[in-house]
Amino acid sequence: MPILTYLDAIRQGLWEEMDRDSSVVLLGEDIGAYGGAFKVTADMLKQFGEERVIDTPISESGIVGAAVGAALMGMRPVAEMQFMDFVSCGLDQIVNMAAKIHYRWGAKVPIVVRGPSGAGVHGGPYHSQSNEMWFVHTPGLKVVAPSTAYDAKGLIKSSIRDDNPVIFFEHKFLYRTIKEEVPEDDYLVPIGKAAVVREGKDISVVTYGAMVWTALEAAEALEKEGLSLEVVDLRTLLPYDEETVLASVRKCNKVILLHEDTRIGGMAGELAGLIAEKAFEELDGPIVRVTAPDTPVPFAPSLEEYFLPNAKKVTDAARKLAAY
Amino acid sequence: MSTTQISARTLETPESDAAVLERMLYYLKLTREAETRIERVLYRQGRIVGGVYVGRGQEAIGVGSAIQLTEGDVVLPSHRDFSSFLIRGISLRDIFLNWMGRSSGATRGRDNTLVVADLKRGVIPYISHLGDTLPVACGVAMALKRRRNGKVALVHFGEGTTSRGDVHEAMNWAGVMKLAVIFICNNNGYAYSTPTNKQYAVENISVRGPAYGMPGETIDGNDVLAVHEAVGRAISRARQGDGPSFIECKSFRMTGHSAHDMAEYVPEALTQEWAKKDPIARFEKFLLDREKLTQQRIQEIDRTIRAEVDHAVDEAELVPMPEGSTAIEGVYCDRDCWWDKPMSMTRMSHPSQPKTDAPEV
Repeated sequence: MPILTYLDAIRQGLWEEMDRDSSVVLLGEDIGAYGGAFKVTADMLKQFGEERVIDTPISESGIVGAAVGAALMGMRPVAEMQFMDFVSCGLDQIVNMAAKIHYRWGAKVPIVVRGPSGAGVHGGPYHSQSNEMWFVHTPGLKVVAPSTAYDAKGLIKSSIRDDNPVIFFEHKFLYRTIKEEVPEDDYLVPIGKAAVVREGKDISVVTYGAMVWTALEAAEALEKEGLSLEVVDLRTLLPYDEETVLASVRKCNKVILLHEDTRIGGMAGELAGLIAEKAFEELDGPIVRVTAPDTPVPFAPSLEEYFLPNAKKVTDAARKLAAY
Repeated sequence: MSTTQISARTLETPESDAAVLERMLYYLKLTREAETRIERVLYRQGRIVGGVYVGRGQEAIGVGSAIQLTEGDVVLPSHRDFSSFLIRGISLRDIFLNWMGRSSGATRGRDNTLVVADLKRGVIPYISHLGDTLPVACGVAMALKRRRNGKVALVHFGEGTTSRGDVHEAMNWAGVMKLAVIFICNNNGYAYSTPTNKQYAVENISVRGPAYGMPGETIDGNDVLAVHEAVGRAISRARQGDGPSFIECKSFRMTGHSAHDMAEYVPEALTQEWAKKDPIARFEKFLLDREKLTQQRIQEIDRTIRAEVDHAVDEAELVPMPEGSTAIEGVYCDRDCWWDKPMSMTRMSHPSQPKTDAPEV
């Protein structure tokens, strides 16, 4: 089985979908001749031509709006945001146009808006945000955030085939740091299903995106101390997999909710609500959140390091919770 | 730009035979009658609730343009383009069903006013964030371009909307990609209470067309034949692959922004001046003067229209509002799609009662 990076896995997924379905088109800034700022669409223009790999003006609202228009006419557009930070300029078209059309009048809007998010590459306030919750709070959208190369390929393919608007968060720190065996076959990873990526018994760590790897690093370290962490990768944030989260909490009876996003209004708050409502009796300790602080993402490496959750912050929280 | 006289240029073209002219008059009058009923009768009686926006005084823009479209073309009307929906073949009954929030309306009570979509007829409605449909029109035109069938997208918006960024993004995009989009600015003088001199700093907003690499033209929006002709030219251009056009139709909003708005901010003299240019009266006079229609025929049309509107309102009111619990259905399009199932005719949960006994106008 070939070894692919997280980035190449996404590219392979896109390529396969472009190959199998001529209604799939790509649009975005610098995605054609240049192949995208991170090269996710490299060589696609040569292969599929400029009617299907469309370089656009700098117009995030235009990109999403045009994707919606093309989708209403039967196409399956995949729109790239050069950085997910810039999706703010297309937010209105996503949350008011794309997300609400099906509810308002029943049409399908099969678009994917994808792009790199997340910190860890010294990108500063506008090339580092984890802004997934802007969309998780919008009924009508699906929100996907894979952590592995395998899932990234399977989920981008599922997202393209989905009849709803999907916001696909790629983590730029993982683009070239994650390498693993990825099947060349046409496989799908279903939207809405979490994965238990490490079995454990003492504390469940529920997380997603790059923080999955942080959780695994913490679990590795704590195993030597005899503390067993289970790691749940949500993979999809909307709709999220309640069952898998609750099953893990019921098994471990203690839970840490971990994300790179800031604290207030983050996914951890939503999960805490779910757990408090549905697994309250099974908790042997407080629900603990490990998140970034409520600030913009700072630039200088020292500041960024302080800002980001890391394995030490998780192990500290886990030891404290274990002792509760 | 003519003011009170109607242009006769299109009469030289074969499409402007008596049947087309009569059709135009019919849709102008049907639009006026239906919107008057909504704004000045049904709303005041509490039989239509929520925001009520109509295009009184601007009917010629929707009629003159939509009548130029053929099967396969797509129109993205604004909230003041009632006639576009009718001309594309959507029934009055369906329009009233939606205005009244009924269960069998196009949105099953989820959205109001003219959100009556019909992709088969090429109608994509607006959202309240006016201007958002312009980039959507570009995407529609991109899809049409791939089909290579010479079809076009026609999108309407007000002059207030032109201040929004989406208008810039879409016009630039359409210019760069040479898309078959006809941008029609319904310049009705006021965006809610804001007059044009506080909205933009040029005399004619059509000067923006050339800035995006497309022709820009300002025409008399109260002259249905002038609209018909200008839009016809733009459509031919687009069908030939020569790209987008921008047409500014100058008109006037002969009512408030919405039914609750008495528009005291509009100087009376201005309203009086525009009343003299009423697009329907002008066109009717023109047809009579040229002996294209008789007074008797016009009276017949008026009677037919009143009966049609009466009938559509009666029919729509027979349909109940949706069951409250359906509010949670159909958020997503999944395998078992709620929208594919027929809407059950359930009891009316919130029967609308007349709240005033306002006289009919």
